[in-house]
Amino acid sequence: MSLFDWFADRRKAVPVVRTPQELDEGDGLWSKCPECGLVVYRKDLIANASVCSGCGHHLRIDSEARLRLIADEGSFQALDTDLSPTDPLAFKDRRSYADRLRDTQISTGLRDAVITGLCRIDGLPLALGVMDFRFMGGSMGSVVGEKLTRMVETATDRGWPVLIVCASGGARMQEGMLSLMQMAKISGALQRHRQAELLYIPLLTHPTTGGVTASFAMLGDLILAEPKALIGFAGRRVIEQTLREKLPEGFQTAEYLQEHGFVDLIVPRTRFRSTFASLLRLHGVTPAVAA
Amino acid sequence: MARRPLLDFEKPLVELEEQIEQIRQLAKDSEVDVSQQLLQLETLAARRREDIFSALTPAQKIQVARHPQRPSTLDYIQVITDEWLELHGDRRGSDDQALVGGVGRIGEQPVVLIGHQKGRDTKENVARNFGMASPGGYRKAMRLMEHADRFRLPILTFIDTPGAYAGVLAEELGQGEAIAVNLREMFRLRVPVIATVIGEGGSGGALGIGVADRLMMFEHSVYTVASPEACASILWRDAAKAPVAATALKITAADLLQLGLIDVVLSEPSGGNHWGPLQAAETLRGALIEQLTVLGQLSEAALLQQRYDKFRRMGRVLGAGTTDSAVGS
Repeated sequence: MSLFDWFADRRKAVPVVRTPQELDEGDGLWSKCPECGLVVYRKDLIANASVCSGCGHHLRIDSEARLRLIADEGSFQALDTDLSPTDPLAFKDRRSYADRLRDTQISTGLRDAVITGLCRIDGLPLALGVMDFRFMGGSMGSVVGEKLTRMVETATDRGWPVLIVCASGGARMQEGMLSLMQMAKISGALQRHRQAELLYIPLLTHPTTGGVTASFAMLGDLILAEPKALIGFAGRRVIEQTLREKLPEGFQTAEYLQEHGFVDLIVPRTRFRSTFASLLRLHGVTPAVAA
Repeated sequence: MARRPLLDFEKPLVELEEQIEQIRQLAKDSEVDVSQQLLQLETLAARRREDIFSALTPAQKIQVARHPQRPSTLDYIQVITDEWLELHGDRRGSDDQALVGGVGRIGEQPVVLIGHQKGRDTKENVARNFGMASPGGYRKAMRLMEHADRFRLPILTFIDTPGAYAGVLAEELGQGEAIAVNLREMFRLRVPVIATVIGEGGSGGALGIGVADRLMMFEHSVYTVASPEACASILWRDAAKAPVAATALKITAADLLQLGLIDVVLSEPSGGNHWGPLQAAETLRGALIEQLTVLGQLSEAALLQQRYDKFRRMGRVLGAGTTDSAVGS
């Protein structure tokens, strides 16, 4: 049994409710909203999709929690679960990439920064990819690129719509140019999906930046975003430092992008499932489409 | 010889060159035959230069790739084309000067040529925005590539940018969207696309005109996922570690060839392309003609499939990736 299997098994055996990292400061029963400071009963917070009932702040959630909010219960079947990252450049900064990967895999129980699979939402077929920001900032290396590409290809073969929940700091520097090329690879797969006249919708969550913004995040037939999510190509610090430009109010928020024409809909997390299912139906997706 | 900005590792050459120059002056003023000494010194200088440039570190290659005298897109286009007309505008309200394009002819073959354009001096660089294209630049490129597709003109792109422009206006105009659309649509082009990194290939800003059937790089060009300066300040928390980051990131032509990410490495004249721009242009022209001939023999369907497969193979993962039994089947 590999180490990975051991973790997978362990997680199956103990069905603990994984709580978002931002809530860790709570004492277990109660959570404090980092935005407005409201203290709420944790079970209520989770029941409300980790959206603060006081101020509407969307707390960060991990990929498993996200899956539960989107897919019909028990319908999600993961694809390519055995794909793992390698260290093609033998990269080492202050720590080695190999160590970083191992530690992150242990702390998150994930192999890399995306979960992909096939599921149903309100009975409708959907290929679903969910990025996980906890895994090295949701950065995109070879595994993220390969898993998303395979998922889009599978969706194209089956005639299924695609949803990718984005949460990423961009390309993963530790895999160098291999990471950059994933942007092209996924875009190529999305081109074929589009050619087949199938629906692709990304959901941009906090934060969606860099190489992910400059590829699949911005290629949706429709582009959805969560309220207040940070979305941008260049980092705010880069813009401020190198160009000494003062950033406008609300710069690079979902609302700001919508104002400038790059986001179709800002959907509160609590309404996402019903909104998304409506969109699928409006675009002719039916339960029968499932092959 | 025109004085040019010398790179720090070229310093050992300076003394030699000064000696050569002195002897030349001396020879002019006197009757003494110094041709023998001159030849010796020149051979020595050439050998030194060869030695230095055959052992450049990645950080030094960046300096060569960014050299202000390194031939630019328009320099190459002037030399390699037999006819050339620059075309302008993205048809959405702008004409980016940092990304140029037009139609031309190489031998008997009409082509569309597109590339990042840096300036030679500060004034030019301000006009060219240091080769950092705006969303309008990528949209102009896409418009020209669609034009090429419609009239079946092969596309030659030249990559030479520190990165796509990062500014408030660029964000508001959709820098991410502009690049993303190019990445997707370049997979649809029914004509051969050849991209060449002539200087520095900076991340998404380079890839935005870089989805090609053949990706070529000059020997001392670099292609990076993130600038080593940015990478160093993020991962090392110390921008001074940029040379270390440059090595770790594997950004040289030789490294990228080995990783299977590029197809051809074009050799440079001793001392880099700025020492022999015409020779560099000749190398480029020859390689482009060769690749155009090969790609021109493919059917459109084969071309599209090969381009898809080329990028499909990029990446290194562990595990066979077997698929779980699927929903509803």
